[in-house]
Amino acid sequence: MNSTYAISADNNGKPVWKFILGELKPKGKFFTPFNIISIPIMILGLALIVIRFWKGIGSITNLTQETPWGLWIGFDVVTGVAFAGGAYVLTFMVYILNMRKYHSIIRVTVLNGFLAYAFYAGALLLDLGRPWHVINPIIGNGFGTSSVLFLVAWHFLLYMIAELIEFSPTIAEWLGARRARKILSGMTIAAVIFGITLSTLHQSGLGALYLMAKDKIHPLWYSEFIPIMFLVSSIFAGLSMVIFEGSISHRVFFRQISEKNHKAQHGIILGLSKICAGAMFAYFFLQMLVFIHGQHWHLLFTTMGLWYLVEMLGFVLIPMILFFISYRTGNINMIKVAAVITMLGVILNRLNVTIIGFRWDAAIHYIPSWMELVVTLAVIFTEIWIFRWVINRMPVLRDSPEWANENE
Amino acid sequence: MGLNRRSFFKLLGVTGMTLAIGKSTTGSENGSNSVEFYGILYDAARCKGCRGCEFDCAAAHGFKDPPPSKNLPPIRKTDETCNTVVNTIKTSKGEVFVKRQCMHCNEPACVAACLTQAMHKTKMGPVTWDGDKCMGCRYCMVSCPFDSPKFEYHSANPKIQKCDMCFDRLRAGESPACAFNCPNEALLYGKRRDLIREARRRIYEKPGLYNDHIYGEHEAGGTGWLYLSPVPFEELGMNTNLQNASYPALTKGFLYSVPSVFVLAPALLLGIYQSTKNNNNGEEHNDE
Repeated sequence: MNSTYAISADNNGKPVWKFILGELKPKGKFFTPFNIISIPIMILGLALIVIRFWKGIGSITNLTQETPWGLWIGFDVVTGVAFAGGAYVLTFMVYILNMRKYHSIIRVTVLNGFLAYAFYAGALLLDLGRPWHVINPIIGNGFGTSSVLFLVAWHFLLYMIAELIEFSPTIAEWLGARRARKILSGMTIAAVIFGITLSTLHQSGLGALYLMAKDKIHPLWYSEFIPIMFLVSSIFAGLSMVIFEGSISHRVFFRQISEKNHKAQHGIILGLSKICAGAMFAYFFLQMLVFIHGQHWHLLFTTMGLWYLVEMLGFVLIPMILFFISYRTGNINMIKVAAVITMLGVILNRLNVTIIGFRWDAAIHYIPSWMELVVTLAVIFTEIWIFRWVINRMPVLRDSPEWANENE
Repeated sequence: MGLNRRSFFKLLGVTGMTLAIGKSTTGSENGSNSVEFYGILYDAARCKGCRGCEFDCAAAHGFKDPPPSKNLPPIRKTDETCNTVVNTIKTSKGEVFVKRQCMHCNEPACVAACLTQAMHKTKMGPVTWDGDKCMGCRYCMVSCPFDSPKFEYHSANPKIQKCDMCFDRLRAGESPACAFNCPNEALLYGKRRDLIREARRRIYEKPGLYNDHIYGEHEAGGTGWLYLSPVPFEELGMNTNLQNASYPALTKGFLYSVPSVFVLAPALLLGIYQSTKNNNNGEEHNDE
């Protein structure tokens, strides 16, 4: 974190590979609290992954014939992708609606989104029984076009490419590749439009995956509107993640952020808070409609019904009100609290559909094993490591080099 | 980035292609009614619970022999080591036996769920699994209303296991091992249409013996396996809350919306982009 970045301004004379080799070395202090916690978990996770490929999925997970999708799908993929939704919402606001105010956080959000997809799609490989066939729906060894999962798989792939294109000018600036940067910047708007379209479809598609499990999901969480619920909730899930991640980044990487952007952060968080409140209102309203339309009053005072109320009131309605009030009063700390509650609520909602409410009536309910949990944590920590690696090297939070601005 | 004549035609071309592809792909589920499927009629009133079919099935699929009848748990389920089980159920009419296996739906949820077409509804009727295509995602298991596909959780090269109605035997012109060997004629293999007629005849001739319902005639859009029973099917532990529409129909609405979103969303986004671009640029110049 202390070296200078002459190379990012201009890559004169130095071969690219030598530069990249130099950049691979760790920077900054090694024995930070985060490293001390994350490294053992990552090593343990790696060992568990070896066992999983050696002895089969059942050796480290609690999955059963009745509950074939557990934590790795329900949390890593379904919840992780919802949190990555900030990228498509923000690119929509900045590039399509031209809200320049949010431009300073677009790069970090897109990076976050891209890494989330890369790692959660990566985590998906762990859950596949026959991962060597993962390429089949892409190369056409069976185009299962009637499958929602086919759509989701293709969208993951295409969206990761779109996000990579959106992020690529940053890489070009890091490498000092002026010409490449110019070409890649020109592709941004096309990638954004394509990316937003893909996002609306696969955010809802993740919900649509569960449409055929009609008899297996608790009726309070199953409706034909799951796809729309997943899409709308991905808006505030993603933005809450942006608020949360932003407040951490501004603390951890504060030296990289310019004075101007530090000041702008206040207004950005306020603006996001307003959008979150609006999206959550729409979501809450939709949920109410579905609930009333489904005529589930009699289910409300069962255990699952109370659990449903906890989710809807405690983790949707209350943070929505918090977002609204603190937007009016300009209370940044309260917004951060609301963002955290919202994120917990989104986790709760996704787990309620995919795990807790899935086979809620089974005699023995699926509970993830500690090993599944460790692997999930290892995936998240690895993602944060890569995130930190990129932030410390590329002009994501810090301003672009001088020459990059001349082109615009 | 203006929308000139050329890019307009380009967009139009992409639009048309998306629509065309969308239609041809999502429509593939149709037309199954015109095909003559084969199936098996299981008559619980005739089954004596000898479990011979379990042994024949295991032999035909290379599984270990099922456990002996002594000290069996009351309700067993099929798993990755056996494709069929016969359970003994104490009902209002005494002990009744019920055989369980994959139902081979007319419009199977597992086939619609499969993103590699590893699950396949053959023209003869059996739903088969292809290990060269399957990626082991287990979405078929999530989708199947009968929980038929089973996964080998303790293998490094796991397979999906379920009844395939002895598809290899059918192609050779034989009948499935269980139906071929049943000593009590409780299992009848034939064209599904004929089996329904036969089942109706049995109910009509012995109304006192049978519960007046053919399980599988309409459940989940109709299944290849059809059940007759002396008692209501709830008593046998069969799921009677299934919808009569097929399960793939549940995702049709979503899948049909995909091409339209692909056409409308980019156009809309491009429109908004064009309209906001100039406005805000002006504002920003004023600000700075």
